[in-house]
Amino acid sequence: MKKLKEVVITLIFPILFLIMWQILSIRIDNHMILPELQRVIGILLEPRQSLIGIGSLFWNIYISLMRVLIGYGMAIILGVPLGIMIGCSRKIEKLLSGFLNLFRPIPPLAWVPLVLAWFGIASIATVVGVTSGKLYTLLNNLKLSMLFIIFMGAFFPILTNTIFGIKGVQKTLVDSVLTLGANKWHVLLKVLLPASMPSILTGLKIGLGVAWMCLVSAEMLPGSIAGVGYLITHAYQVTRIDIVITGIVTISLIGIFFEGIFRFIEKKFFKWQSMSR
Amino acid sequence: MKEIIRLREVNKTFTSEKGHNIEALQDINLSIEESQFICLLGPSGSGKSTLLRLMAGLMDASEGEVEVMGKSIKKPISEASMVFQEYSLLPWRNIIDNVAFGLEVRKVPKKEGYAIARNILGKFGLEGFEKNYPYELSGGMQQRAAIARAMAVSPEILYMDEPFGALDAHTRLQMQQELISFWLKDKRTIVFVTHSVEEAIFLGTRIIVMSSRPGRIIEDFQIDLPYPRDRWSGKFGHYFNRLMDLMNGKSSITEEYSEVYNQCNNL
Repeated sequence: MKKLKEVVITLIFPILFLIMWQILSIRIDNHMILPELQRVIGILLEPRQSLIGIGSLFWNIYISLMRVLIGYGMAIILGVPLGIMIGCSRKIEKLLSGFLNLFRPIPPLAWVPLVLAWFGIASIATVVGVTSGKLYTLLNNLKLSMLFIIFMGAFFPILTNTIFGIKGVQKTLVDSVLTLGANKWHVLLKVLLPASMPSILTGLKIGLGVAWMCLVSAEMLPGSIAGVGYLITHAYQVTRIDIVITGIVTISLIGIFFEGIFRFIEKKFFKWQSMSR
Repeated sequence: MKEIIRLREVNKTFTSEKGHNIEALQDINLSIEESQFICLLGPSGSGKSTLLRLMAGLMDASEGEVEVMGKSIKKPISEASMVFQEYSLLPWRNIIDNVAFGLEVRKVPKKEGYAIARNILGKFGLEGFEKNYPYELSGGMQQRAAIARAMAVSPEILYMDEPFGALDAHTRLQMQQELISFWLKDKRTIVFVTHSVEEAIFLGTRIIVMSSRPGRIIEDFQIDLPYPRDRWSGKFGHYFNRLMDLMNGKSSITEEYSEVYNQCNNL
């Protein structure tokens, strides 16, 4: 009963919002300004149909997800180990943190002109030398410029949260396992990493959020012929506002889905963190 | 009796962030024999925890030599383990995995390690809590688990850094009692840091008293009282008064004078 009540409460505003939307769209009666609810829902319910000549909703989501996951994956591969090293060693911190801090305040979008000058419309397909076939279609959509922007967005949240996590590990935890016979690797793998995991996870969550946000801007770059961001801008150019809104809704839904995964992991594996002290 | 720990002319100086040198330990000469219950007693800032860390190999001396079991010590050795004041159990491991940690890093097979851990948990009254996490246990039980973890690797020496300092008064008395009855059966060397005079007299076979800034040994004597000790006996009170006077700096006028003089110089 209590659960039901909670669900109802969280649904009040979304439902009011949808009702307002529907009323307004009927009053305005111009689908080039505000399409009716059912038009957007219709597109969402048939994600496989081809839209305005740039493939289905599914295809565009797929391309966007691949871009984000690769840029984000690179940010994890570099950010987490680097964060661990900086967090563990004063010397490495002195060596790198000043340098890295030069780049941190730069909004990922500010890189766009430079990235275009460097990479143009080169893609992973160009790098690995694939020129035809199904693989080409996918790889050619993974433009280096986009991956770079997404990487830049995700890298710093991951890095700083990893450093913060490692530095925040209680010294007595490390000392106590040292006196129990642990070596350096034991300390890293059995203490520092698990102890800073909640913080690293926070970094991963924020990083994925930022990466996803950078996507639309990245997909507005030249050479983009697919992706949810491209779908939105392209639909705008042909005044299909219903598709624009569908794209926006899709981005929101996928963002919520990502967030949900992280929340599940936190609840399932890191209960100790919220319960200790 | 066999000597197990020896410190010669040990000094320890810390450098603060502003570059000042802080002398934590000065001219420490000390010999500890095995199977003794040694209490390091002193006010905060007397370097007693630093001294313990030097013996445990968690820190290097600035000068002098620290020998444990005949060998100069540079890092923690497998023949010793340590119990801290609090928050030393790994919060993401349940109790049995915490207690088995030392065996795990010693590559003891998992089954065997659990058997040893279960046995020792029983000795410390923690049977039935194997699968619980530290946050589900009271402070006293967490410390019991921490002691069990340190004992699970069967060390020759057990270092304890104010292990009951964060517990409430009642639990603290109970834990002191348990520790003593455990030690009486087991008689391995314990070096126990405390700032409580009463705790030191209740537990120790020998008390080493330290003064603060710089940390020096100002008194070192045996407690000639049979176990279990009675806090209300006249002899206990006699030791208590003597130690309180010492801690308050009344033992010798020159000591007090030089202390004040030093402090004035530092200003």
